[in-house]
Amino acid sequence: MSKYTEDDLKKELETQEYEYGFYTDIEADKFPVGLNEDIVIAISKKKNEPQWMTDWRLDAFRIWKNMEEPDWANVNYTKPDFDALSYYSAPIQKKQLDSLDEVDPELLKTFEKLGISIGEQKRLSNVAMDIVIDSVSVATTFKKTLAEKGILFMPISEAIQEHPELVRKYMGSVVPKTDNFYAALNSAVFSDGSFCYIPKGVTCPMELSTYFRINEGGTGQFERTLVIADEGSFVSYLEGCTAPSRDENQLHAAVVELIAMDNAEIKYSTVQNWYPGNKEGVGGVYNFVTKRGICHNHAKISWTQVETGSAVTWKYPSCILKGDYSVGEFYSIAVTNNYQQADTGTKMIHLGKNTRSTIISKGISAGHSHNSYRGLVKVAKNASNARNFTQCDSLLMGDLCGAHTFPYIENKSASSQIEHEATTSKIGEDQLFYCNQRGIDTEKAIALIVNGFSKEVLNKLPMEFAVEAQKLLEISLEGSVG
Amino acid sequence: MELKDKLISSFIAFENNGNVDLDSAVHAIRTKAIQNFEAEGFPSKKDEEWKYTNLKSLLRQDYSLFNKGENNVDYNTIKPYIISDIDSYNLIFIDGVFNSFLSETTHDESDICVLSAALSKPKYNILIDNYFNTVAADKNSLSALNTAFTNEGAYINIPKNTIVSKPIQILNFSTGSEKNVLIQPRNLIMVGENSHVQIIERHQNLSKNHTFTNAVTEIFVNKRAIVDYYKIQNDTDNSSLIDSTFVQQKQHSVASVSTFSFGGKLTRNNLEFQHEGEHITSNLNGISILNKNQHVDSHTLVEHKFPNCESHELYKGIYADTSTGVFNGKVIVRQAAQKTNAFQQNNNILMNDGATINAKPQLEIFADDVKCSHGCTIGQLDESALFYMQSRGIPKKEAKALLLYAFGNDVIEKIKIPQLKTIITGLIADKLGVNLGFDL
Repeated sequence: MSKYTEDDLKKELETQEYEYGFYTDIEADKFPVGLNEDIVIAISKKKNEPQWMTDWRLDAFRIWKNMEEPDWANVNYTKPDFDALSYYSAPIQKKQLDSLDEVDPELLKTFEKLGISIGEQKRLSNVAMDIVIDSVSVATTFKKTLAEKGILFMPISEAIQEHPELVRKYMGSVVPKTDNFYAALNSAVFSDGSFCYIPKGVTCPMELSTYFRINEGGTGQFERTLVIADEGSFVSYLEGCTAPSRDENQLHAAVVELIAMDNAEIKYSTVQNWYPGNKEGVGGVYNFVTKRGICHNHAKISWTQVETGSAVTWKYPSCILKGDYSVGEFYSIAVTNNYQQADTGTKMIHLGKNTRSTIISKGISAGHSHNSYRGLVKVAKNASNARNFTQCDSLLMGDLCGAHTFPYIENKSASSQIEHEATTSKIGEDQLFYCNQRGIDTEKAIALIVNGFSKEVLNKLPMEFAVEAQKLLEISLEGSVG
Repeated sequence: MELKDKLISSFIAFENNGNVDLDSAVHAIRTKAIQNFEAEGFPSKKDEEWKYTNLKSLLRQDYSLFNKGENNVDYNTIKPYIISDIDSYNLIFIDGVFNSFLSETTHDESDICVLSAALSKPKYNILIDNYFNTVAADKNSLSALNTAFTNEGAYINIPKNTIVSKPIQILNFSTGSEKNVLIQPRNLIMVGENSHVQIIERHQNLSKNHTFTNAVTEIFVNKRAIVDYYKIQNDTDNSSLIDSTFVQQKQHSVASVSTFSFGGKLTRNNLEFQHEGEHITSNLNGISILNKNQHVDSHTLVEHKFPNCESHELYKGIYADTSTGVFNGKVIVRQAAQKTNAFQQNNNILMNDGATINAKPQLEIFADDVKCSHGCTIGQLDESALFYMQSRGIPKKEAKALLLYAFGNDVIEKIKIPQLKTIITGLIADKLGVNLGFDL
């Protein structure tokens, strides 16, 4: 067997093609490019939204107009031209669908390519799915089974129609319209997304999942997810994303809001695999996402993310630990290759008493990529006995990439205990030597080390997703993860 | 008139009355610096580097910018602030003016004298041209301000192969009898190949009026030289200090800067290390013990540009009452700096609610074959350790003080001058309000 070295691995990484880079030719209903109040109203009209929603969007649009695009993140990119984007694109559906069997066969083929065969899934796995292509939710599975438990899981456009009281109360309560540039933009133009409500005391019997895909060129995807877990409930939520390979940079600016009431628990996992651009760094998705959850008393929110795609990632899933004894967790693996750039991390805001948070962040950089961890741990004066543990490790492959850490720790409480540690290293020659010496060849050894490096986070993924995440790591770092 | 405008408008008068030839390079440097300052102004909270430190209250006051004559201070007044039980060279400045009567300088083995002489005498021209404002240039608006008004400070030039026989103390006193004063000391320190020097620096306000010190120190450490630099910051509650120190190191040199911040209303330390060769070691140590409404901001930067270098950073903080501590440690490892070992550690204890610590330990790494780590903790004293000591008859206050002393001991142990160690221990005991019951 030929000798497999780190250089070989690097070469493989560089030449690895994006597996999901196909484009499906589905007839799409696409808005003209540009953004103004008329477009916002048109999106709202298209969705047949009530007046309050239209006003809310317009308000957000006016706020956005007065905001400036942030540039503090440690990433370089050509800023998107917001007037050259189309803000709405939907696969044309002939009529209202009654069942999945009537879905456009082209669409179903897309799902099959993605490895999500809805039909098969119905029988075999235990995952309820909401699939969002470009901007519109096209299929939601298992609706009935969930309805028996009183769980609402539907596209947010439907929720606005059917459960306006819930949407109106909670939308924007965690991520206000004024929060940041992209959140304001999303509030104005979001076209769809998922909505989920778990009633009091209900443990959701299956994983809920949303699959996002950008299909049409020249569009931006702006989806909005709202998950509400009422008192004492539990839900595990999964999110996956892919896009076709294109030379242009596509914009994805989503907002995710989680609300965990007293004693509730939300587990939110993301496998993000947007098109990362080609080897020279041309094309790829700009992924500018605002994700935030609020925890009431004894509640828990856990974010797990595997970030392998996108040309530029700018994403900080956060927890506001408002209630006493609430818990926030953040587990992340970010893999960047070629010219990808990722500036990601979390914010843990401790407000309640006896709150706890854990942050585990693993960054792997290869090629010419740059990977930054940026996190905030903030403990308010009255948040007594707050506890935080942060660990961010970076693995560098090759000498052209970079790994950066920007942790912010702000503490005003004397009874809090905060630990932060970070390390940066490459795959050690001594580690490889140790493995070789015990009869493990270099390829397997690298696989072993990278796997071990990421394991803490991979272990946190739900079973159903762990398989896919493993696969994704394989794609991004082929030959290293077994 | 705002302080910024006042400073800018007084610049011409300063240049005309100054001791520097208007055709000289120094004049050109100063003029450029005031232009930079005018363009940038004082930093505001919007500036990422000043996110946690607000200068507003400091800038609102009116300061006397130039001291007229030599203010007389007798030896007994300043004696408590000098480490008198060691033989040392002393450079004593009163309100920014050198006091030759109280000082002890030399030109024998090395030049240990004052910057104003070096700036004005032609024989120093070549050194001034090559070193003055080379590492401090274009760093930030406050060091530009200092450069523009550079007039006085320590000038230390240690030639090759010299071990300076005794430590050097640089002391800045302010008397400010009539008014609030702004003083801007500037130190230039050059250490030749294979030489060794120990320097202790201190700022002390002797009056009830506010003193605002904006100090800049440039240190050049040549091949295989060793420099130990200690900063004692235990000023009164009506003193503010912005202290910028820039260190440039050549191959195989070792430079250590230790900062002891116990006093002052607002203290900001900017400490930067630049490497100009391989096998360099940089050590950054610090202890901050604060109470009342004090604020200390420690900003450090180590930039690794060459292979096989090391940096070790250790900062400890103890914060009580409504004091605020800021730690912003940045380590950059450039692509060429393979085999770098960079370690950074920051430990903090908050004594009560209301005290604040803002920590931002940053790593920016562009090279792959490196060992870099940073750790940052915020916590309390170990309750069981406290209980253990109390159960053995040690009063709670003393037990606490002992534990806190032990917490800071890692840094204290790095002091290489025994007398200084005793003094620092004393200052810590004072600050904690106890008698530690042992000497070192």
